[in-house]
Amino acid sequence: MPSLKDIRNRIASVKSTQKITSAMKMVAASKLRRAQEQAEAGRPYAERMGRMLASLAANVAGGPGGPRLMTGTGSDQTHLLVVMTGDRGLCGGFNSSVVRETRRAILRLQAEGKTVKLLTVGRKGRDLLRREFPSLIVASFEEVGRKKLSFADADRVTAKILELFDAGQFDVATIIYNKFKSAMTQIVTLQQVVPFAAPEAGDTAVEAGAVYEFEPSEEAILADLLPRNLAIQVYSALLESAASFFGAQMTAMDNATRNAGEMIKKYTLIYNRTRQASITKELIEIISGAEAL
Amino acid sequence: MADKVEFELVSPEKLLVSQPVHMVVVPGAEGFLGVLPGHAPMIVTVKPGIIDIYANDMATITQRIFVAGGFCEITGARVTILAEEASDLDAVRGLDRAALEKQLADLTEDLADAKSDGERHTLEGKVAIVQAKLDVQAGTLH
Repeated sequence: MPSLKDIRNRIASVKSTQKITSAMKMVAASKLRRAQEQAEAGRPYAERMGRMLASLAANVAGGPGGPRLMTGTGSDQTHLLVVMTGDRGLCGGFNSSVVRETRRAILRLQAEGKTVKLLTVGRKGRDLLRREFPSLIVASFEEVGRKKLSFADADRVTAKILELFDAGQFDVATIIYNKFKSAMTQIVTLQQVVPFAAPEAGDTAVEAGAVYEFEPSEEAILADLLPRNLAIQVYSALLESAASFFGAQMTAMDNATRNAGEMIKKYTLIYNRTRQASITKELIEIISGAEAL
Repeated sequence: MADKVEFELVSPEKLLVSQPVHMVVVPGAEGFLGVLPGHAPMIVTVKPGIIDIYANDMATITQRIFVAGGFCEITGARVTILAEEASDLDAVRGLDRAALEKQLADLTEDLADAKSDGERHTLEGKVAIVQAKLDVQAGTLH
């Protein structure tokens, strides 16, 4: 049976753990708010980009001579999976659910006889996937947006993707990331970015019938616009992923704090019981000692 | 015809300007465009340069913003510029000239070594941005 001192120590240690987890929860909550604001701020650009792309695509209309980022390479033999995870743990199922989904996608594609390549963003994803698929990882990024996620971070990732694409390293690219729904729920999402599926012009409420002039040519603009659009897609996925990370971390730390509270309660009960038992025992010893005289 | 056109300047990180203006002058890839209300619908690539905003009347520039290239969509009632990077003119003037010159030299060197067309294209874009920043400082870019 543990002595009173042992239990006291145990309670003290759980209390300090609880302090840490509740502080982490608070930090995650404030970072979550900032990440959400950032995601909000990035939306107008993505929206207008989508609108512009829709009207361009309607004009070029996916002809065979269209840019390869849109029409694809004509094959779907090699898939690139861009896996976005966090750099650290202590965030519940955030990283593992992305990795699980990735593993499923890899096995599915391999079963279809396709070649799979991986590009990881975030240290955790790289570490977990490297164990299982060491030969598939072609590139990895860490500490992306460590302090504050900026567009330049997304640009770096995008540059790598484009470089691989131009070198003919893959035909289809898919981003796997956690889409932020609420602090409690994140949805693992697979989003195909190359070849890019142009949104229907009707969906985005463009001024119908607007016939645009282009300067320089449609093709030239599209050739510039598509890589930008890829960067935007990566950027918004990164933002979603960051918000999800903090959301997951907040929830996980909230649970941990609550569990620590329960543990403290339980140990306090045991502590008091043991203390009373030892007092009773001492009393019995005194009384029986006195009776024996 | 309305006498103002809705002007929006957006960067990937946020919405920078959104206001009705009389005219805006955009540095298009093939020359400057003054956009007035009722302009023909157009999509134009923007080169690194300065956007002039005439918010109150046709004669005075109320705001000048440096953009490092992007795209501009014009409809009769709306001008939207998607800028890759946008900053106040003063912020560009405040940049370290020596650092910019070094950056330019580095980029030019990289450009000489560039192997693929794609790489060359990206580098040319970067050189143009730095060059434009230098021009702003020198006051040769209007």
